[in-house]
Amino acid sequence: MTFRARHLLGIEHLHPEEIRTLLDLADQYVDLNRRAVKHSDALAGLTQINMFFEASTRTQASFELAGKRLGADVMNMAMQASSIKKGETLIDTALTLNAMHPDLLVVRHPHSGAVDLLAQKVNCAVLNAGDGRHEHPTQALLDALTIRRTKGRLHRLNIAICGDIAHSRVARSNILLLGKMENRVRLVGPPTLMPAGIGEFGVEVYDDMKEGLRDVDVVMMLRLQKERMDGGFIPSEREYYHRYGLDAEKLSYAKPDAIVMHPGPMNRGVEIDGEIADDINRSVIQEQVEMGVAVRMAAMDLLARNLRAAKDEGVYV
Amino acid sequence: MKTILTNARLIDPEAGTDSLGWLLIEGETIAATGADTPPAADHVIDCGGKCLAPGIVDIGVKVCEPGERHKESFKSAGLAAAAGGVTTLVTRPDTAPAIDTPETLEFVTRRAREAAPVRIKPMAALTKGREGAEMVELGFLMDAGAVAFTDCARVVENTKVLSRAMTYARSLGALVIGHPQEPGLSKGAAATSGKFASLKGLPAVSAMAERMALDRDLALVEMTGVKYHADQITTARALPALERAKANGLDVTAGISIHHLTLNELDVGDYRTFFKLTPPLRSEDDRLALVQAVAEGLIDVICSMHDPQDEESKRLPFEEAAAGAVGLETLLPAAMRLYHAGALDLPTLFRALSLNPSRRLGLATGRLATGAPADLVLFDPDTPFVLDRTKLRSKSKNTPFDEARLQGRVLRTYVAGQEVFAHA
Repeated sequence: MTFRARHLLGIEHLHPEEIRTLLDLADQYVDLNRRAVKHSDALAGLTQINMFFEASTRTQASFELAGKRLGADVMNMAMQASSIKKGETLIDTALTLNAMHPDLLVVRHPHSGAVDLLAQKVNCAVLNAGDGRHEHPTQALLDALTIRRTKGRLHRLNIAICGDIAHSRVARSNILLLGKMENRVRLVGPPTLMPAGIGEFGVEVYDDMKEGLRDVDVVMMLRLQKERMDGGFIPSEREYYHRYGLDAEKLSYAKPDAIVMHPGPMNRGVEIDGEIADDINRSVIQEQVEMGVAVRMAAMDLLARNLRAAKDEGVYV
Repeated sequence: MKTILTNARLIDPEAGTDSLGWLLIEGETIAATGADTPPAADHVIDCGGKCLAPGIVDIGVKVCEPGERHKESFKSAGLAAAAGGVTTLVTRPDTAPAIDTPETLEFVTRRAREAAPVRIKPMAALTKGREGAEMVELGFLMDAGAVAFTDCARVVENTKVLSRAMTYARSLGALVIGHPQEPGLSKGAAATSGKFASLKGLPAVSAMAERMALDRDLALVEMTGVKYHADQITTARALPALERAKANGLDVTAGISIHHLTLNELDVGDYRTFFKLTPPLRSEDDRLALVQAVAEGLIDVICSMHDPQDEESKRLPFEEAAAGAVGLETLLPAAMRLYHAGALDLPTLFRALSLNPSRRLGLATGRLATGAPADLVLFDPDTPFVLDRTKLRSKSKNTPFDEARLQGRVLRTYVAGQEVFAHA
């Protein structure tokens, strides 16, 4: 088994072998989660703190459940409501929490790089639950697990990521992960929602959705934030749905067995047609949620093992 | 009182020469230079073959008085300058409050005279409160000693206001300094658009924002005939417009910070906020093009863009962190990187560090000529060292060169014939 990372800050620094190790372990946790008694003691005695500086329901719930199923003591902190309002800096908050001896720190922050900064200041394992538009590694890992289980492999697939690429940390982590695992990645969306320098990402870029979906194995839709719909980046919601919303007609360009994914929460009728989202033959959106818990269990388990090993070697006091 | 510096490598940016010789200081001025037998003097200093160049004239230094003296004072900035071979600080008016009246300018001049061992030439704001609405009392401010007018990084967005201020400035022969960044595109940007910024998820500005703003400013220069200096040109795309303006005879010059000449956007790495600058660091292609532009003389001035920030302003997520870097003490060693890389020879470097900024501001310094003020820096271009930011004399330690391997040490600095720094 190889998984050397001390923190899970992004996909960027993971080796393909580490990704495989994590997904293999996650497979085991999927089995555990489907049993009547869903419990392990892998994190027994450890403290997990979820620090969310940005509102989140599903990711936070998923991390909380993952920790509890592994026997950790889990604490949730809604950071928007507390010390930030009192003017405390991120680093001071981190040092304060660090003094309470947590073992796992799960952090979401609205600014890119904030989780990296925090990880430098604490001596526990840090998991990035999304930083600005930088990375959201557990989302990419749960997407990878979903693809691997439905398609039977995680390489040599044609995968289209569609929508607001520019503002999406999910897209960045997925581009990195799918590229590392040797897939062909296409990005589909209006040019105003594509990041600069996209030509150097090792991906194919399409602004025509039908062309972009032609013969792909996987269609990954992204959420379009409400605040980007009113003329700033795209002319209107209805024009966006017409050109880039996933409907049956556009999906017909993909392979007949192509699967449809969405990280949630969905805007039905904006980026995806409700019927497609609910089509159990095409949509794996519910599976993604299930895989999310398993992937987060696996990630925390592996980081906790590394943390214990490091403590045994006297790296941390 | 005569002092002679013998056995020196004289770096003369005016003549473009780099040769062994001696230099005689009499009182406050350079009395003579030569390569033959040195004349007698009261005080003889053997330079041991090290380099003697005109002291650096640094346009755009932020001294945080008034307002934020905990970040930098005239005393700390002056000591840092002396240790860095900078003999004239051309200070910025973007303090709190802004330097936009003769009264605040006089405060600055008085504080500078009391506290700083080097020359201080203050700049004043172009518009009141740097708000881009009404021009300052340019005439009174010039009488009080303002050497140029600039709103610094806050661009005057209203073109009518800027054109009137430039027209008025022209009648006084005043120099207007612009910061060419199109404000709409550059708003909120922490990096330059491209693969790196996109992968790191940082809000970014297209390099084109610089060209667009420069184009506007140059059109206004053509319209008004004002003397204009662009504080920093940092992208290759802006260079053709600058070249054209000069070829058309406009009274235009441009500068660049040493950081943009020696670092690129990848140095930010994993969100290192000491590398967050205004404008943001650029691509390596841009850096190389700008080094070439300095070599050709298209870019006239190299400055430190000294911008002290305390730890609290930098220990934040990259987007929230303050931009800016201190540079007075690292300007010369960083410039030596360009010399050791074979990109620029020493006379060319000191043309951009000392001669051109002096000329642009109408100062007599920046030269090794007889009769010129004896503002000098003696330095060893080769001494290697690893920079320890805690040893900097600036009150703020926000240097991107922390723990960097550098070459080049200032040995002695003279201002008006007086030694203001000697390396221990």
